Amino acid sequence: MYPYIPNTKDDEQRMLEAIGFNKIEDLFSDIPDDVKLNRDLNLKPSMSELEVANYITKLSKENTTINDLTCFLGAGAYDHYIPSIVGHITSRSEFYTSYTPYQAEISQGTLQYIFEYQSLICNLTGMDVANASLYDGGTAIAEAAFMASNVTRRQEIVISKTVNPQAREVLKTYAHLQGIKVIEVEDEGGVTNLEELQSHVTDKTAAVIVQSPNFFGIIEDIEAIEKVAHSQKRTLLIASVDPISLGILKTPASLGVDIVVGEGQALGIPLSFGGPYLGFIATKKSHMRKLPGRIVGETIDTEGKRAFVLTLQAREQHIRREKATSNICSNQGINTLAAAVYLVTLGKKGLREVALQATQKAHYAMNEITKSGKYKPLFDKPFFKEFAITSSADADEINSKLLEEKILGGYSLGKEYPQYKNGILYAVTEKRTKEEIDRLSSVLEGMI
Amino acid sequence: MRKYNELIFELSKPGRTAYRLPENDVENIAVEELIPAEYLNDDELNLPEVSEVDIIRHYTNLSDKNFGVDTGFYPLGSCTMKYNPKINEDMASLDGFKNIHPLQSEETVQGALKLMYELDKALCEIAGMDKMTLQPAAGAHGELTGLTLIKAYHENRGDTKRTKIIVPDSAHGTNPASAIMAGFDTIEIKSTKDGLVDIESLKAALSDEVAGLMLTNPNTLGLFEKDIKEIADLVHGCGGLLYYDGANANAILGQARPGDMGFDVVHFNIHKTFSTPHGGGGPGSGPVGVKKILLDFIPTPTVEKDGDRYYLDYDYPKSVGRMKDFYGHFGILVRAYTYILTMGRDGLKKASEMAVLNANYLGHRLKDHYNLQEDTIFKHEFVLAGLKDGLSEVTTLDVAKRLLDYGYHPPTVYFPLIVNEALMPEPTESESKETLDEFADALIKIAEEARENPEILKEAPHNTPVGRVNETQAARNPVLKYEG
Repeated sequence: MYPYIPNTKDDEQRMLEAIGFNKIEDLFSDIPDDVKLNRDLNLKPSMSELEVANYITKLSKENTTINDLTCFLGAGAYDHYIPSIVGHITSRSEFYTSYTPYQAEISQGTLQYIFEYQSLICNLTGMDVANASLYDGGTAIAEAAFMASNVTRRQEIVISKTVNPQAREVLKTYAHLQGIKVIEVEDEGGVTNLEELQSHVTDKTAAVIVQSPNFFGIIEDIEAIEKVAHSQKRTLLIASVDPISLGILKTPASLGVDIVVGEGQALGIPLSFGGPYLGFIATKKSHMRKLPGRIVGETIDTEGKRAFVLTLQAREQHIRREKATSNICSNQGINTLAAAVYLVTLGKKGLREVALQATQKAHYAMNEITKSGKYKPLFDKPFFKEFAITSSADADEINSKLLEEKILGGYSLGKEYPQYKNGILYAVTEKRTKEEIDRLSSVLEGMI
Repeated sequence: MRKYNELIFELSKPGRTAYRLPENDVENIAVEELIPAEYLNDDELNLPEVSEVDIIRHYTNLSDKNFGVDTGFYPLGSCTMKYNPKINEDMASLDGFKNIHPLQSEETVQGALKLMYELDKALCEIAGMDKMTLQPAAGAHGELTGLTLIKAYHENRGDTKRTKIIVPDSAHGTNPASAIMAGFDTIEIKSTKDGLVDIESLKAALSDEVAGLMLTNPNTLGLFEKDIKEIADLVHGCGGLLYYDGANANAILGQARPGDMGFDVVHFNIHKTFSTPHGGGGPGSGPVGVKKILLDFIPTPTVEKDGDRYYLDYDYPKSVGRMKDFYGHFGILVRAYTYILTMGRDGLKKASEMAVLNANYLGHRLKDHYNLQEDTIFKHEFVLAGLKDGLSEVTTLDVAKRLLDYGYHPPTVYFPLIVNEALMPEPTESESKETLDEFADALIKIAEEARENPEILKEAPHNTPVGRVNETQAARNPVLKYEG
């Protein structure tokens, strides 16, 4: 017997009799012999819960976690504190065992939290409309690029190399499919080279894509970039942002950004070896009908009572099939709930405090690490919670030595940016203490 | 219980708080001295101020307005709403999985890589494929990945005129949408009156411009495409490849494998077939399996093994590149592997057998009251074409809404598009005979009500948290955020 299959042998027999069959095999007689698998699958036989738990737990223990180490690694995934309440709410099975809220009358819970999530993303970014989420920060950039191409009927995307390298790879994979040309702009001293950017923005440019704080942690001069992007009529500006940074930085909307995207993992979602995370996208009202994915709207029920429902579905694959704005047919569901709960838990003051503490601690760490002169700042630009340093030592060697000291070191920049061969990118969140930062800098200092 | 109808924003009161951070223990330098003022936001954040108690009560009240698999029967066709085992959740929450950074060195994540490697092998065996990529985030993302691979295959051979993908008219909406997103045009082919691929229609569509065919088997009518070998030979014969949409794989575990049917590339919906939660819309996971001919193009990285060591392999010079950040929805993969180990080869086969038995039994119980194709074996789902003695004023939507009053999540409605007034139940193996009987009794009662008191259906639902919602108003006058 199997705990997840309730029918008994007797039920099985009675059901077979009712439908006029003798044995279960008869129900598969429509599968031709030449495609039938006439053997057992080459897998282990079923196991008890205890045996499975023991095995999977053993695998989990072969990993070293951020609770065993002090984490200074970021580069797109961050060790921010997740309030206890987040997991308690997301583990309510009324939420996580439901599906896409097609039947609005019994899905008001899901619909309302998505509506609240959309509102929170709009409030944070200053934009008019957000969707119910996309897979992650990388695919959100790719979807935004497709959206811009669709809005402008243009086939070129100009993207700064200070955008997360993985996201740029995803963009290139997607863009190739539709024959969209991706032009990458080099950095200059850690920020987008504006002159080079200007030289690529033409009347063929669908969008300019930048990230701020960028991959090196530096705050880009979006106002200047906006002027360059919008020097061409109809070209859109897409900005990828760290939602935590919006606790202190100007909103993308106030800087003239047309489409805001980003990775929402920092909003209460565990690191989980890279996923599942959360891609967010928000835009101006004028582009509302070109947004990909699910959108929830407010309406009323038959008695005039406030209710929520999936809306603007004429954009979507299940209605429009080949004319849809995207093929996406899900959102990140329970992770949007995590992000919403995180944002309301931190609230007006808390998100600002998280951003402030991360800024102050990152700057303290930068000063401590570089004060001996053995390590130098790689760039000299304003940064948020991440910063790059360089030294005479090999980055991988530094990281191995840090690991021996139970420190999870920074991201080695050399592979993606050969010009910054010994560069290391450190992330410092509000979770890090002075003691931990001092230990990092003293271990580093002792190495060279 | 009191009716709850608040938005979190409406609970906000200046001065309330739900968080507390440790005091900043490094030097407290004003942010204006660290970051130039022109970058800083001077305004207060537009976020609510609520207490932890407010938040817990708010979301608990919202959860009461939701229906999940744990609440009751959820026979949403094509979505495989099977039970989500609780051990899966526990395993994904283990410190060793939940709290590892994706960019940690390989030596510190050997357990995670091993799990992915073993899952890859298990899924290959179940699908009859040679290699999986675990990267795709969902079924539709798996489709896009598979089509990207098909495109790369033809491009690599310099065969650039293959710009068309064949999609049956019974296919999921994601199929044509994915094909267009991947830069193809679609050719829709008709189904036979029995609901299978029309071979003549397929032959007419085939040419040297066809890159591939997308097919679900069993198809969206719950019927096994028995001519699959001939279909595969025809498509391969004209130089195209076959894509398997794994949405309906729960019907055939251990019975037949897409790889043996002739498919070159396959996706599984982990959240359907392998019991991971649908999460109110996600996150799902859509691993894609390939035959050797497509291996060179697989997204990187893959997980490989060298002796006892597991590592991420980026060494595929012809790879299509990345489909998403990092390595896939790892937390979902942990749940899926837990399920596969729990069920084993015998349990997975049993699950499919019971899913199919449940579907056929339920169809049998309903066929005198709703239109159902006669004398056919269904796989895991079936499609009813409206009420038997079709009263024109009562629609499938009315039947579905009335089911809400009986405490059930309705089946999928108005899909597949080729069936008039379609109502598509998929009971899954998670349900008992008693549940199926009670559900059938409810649907039969509703058929009676439709004849005797159609108004009760028209006005349904009657006892849900809200009445029928006004979709037209939502679309005409979009309110997409709280304006307060």
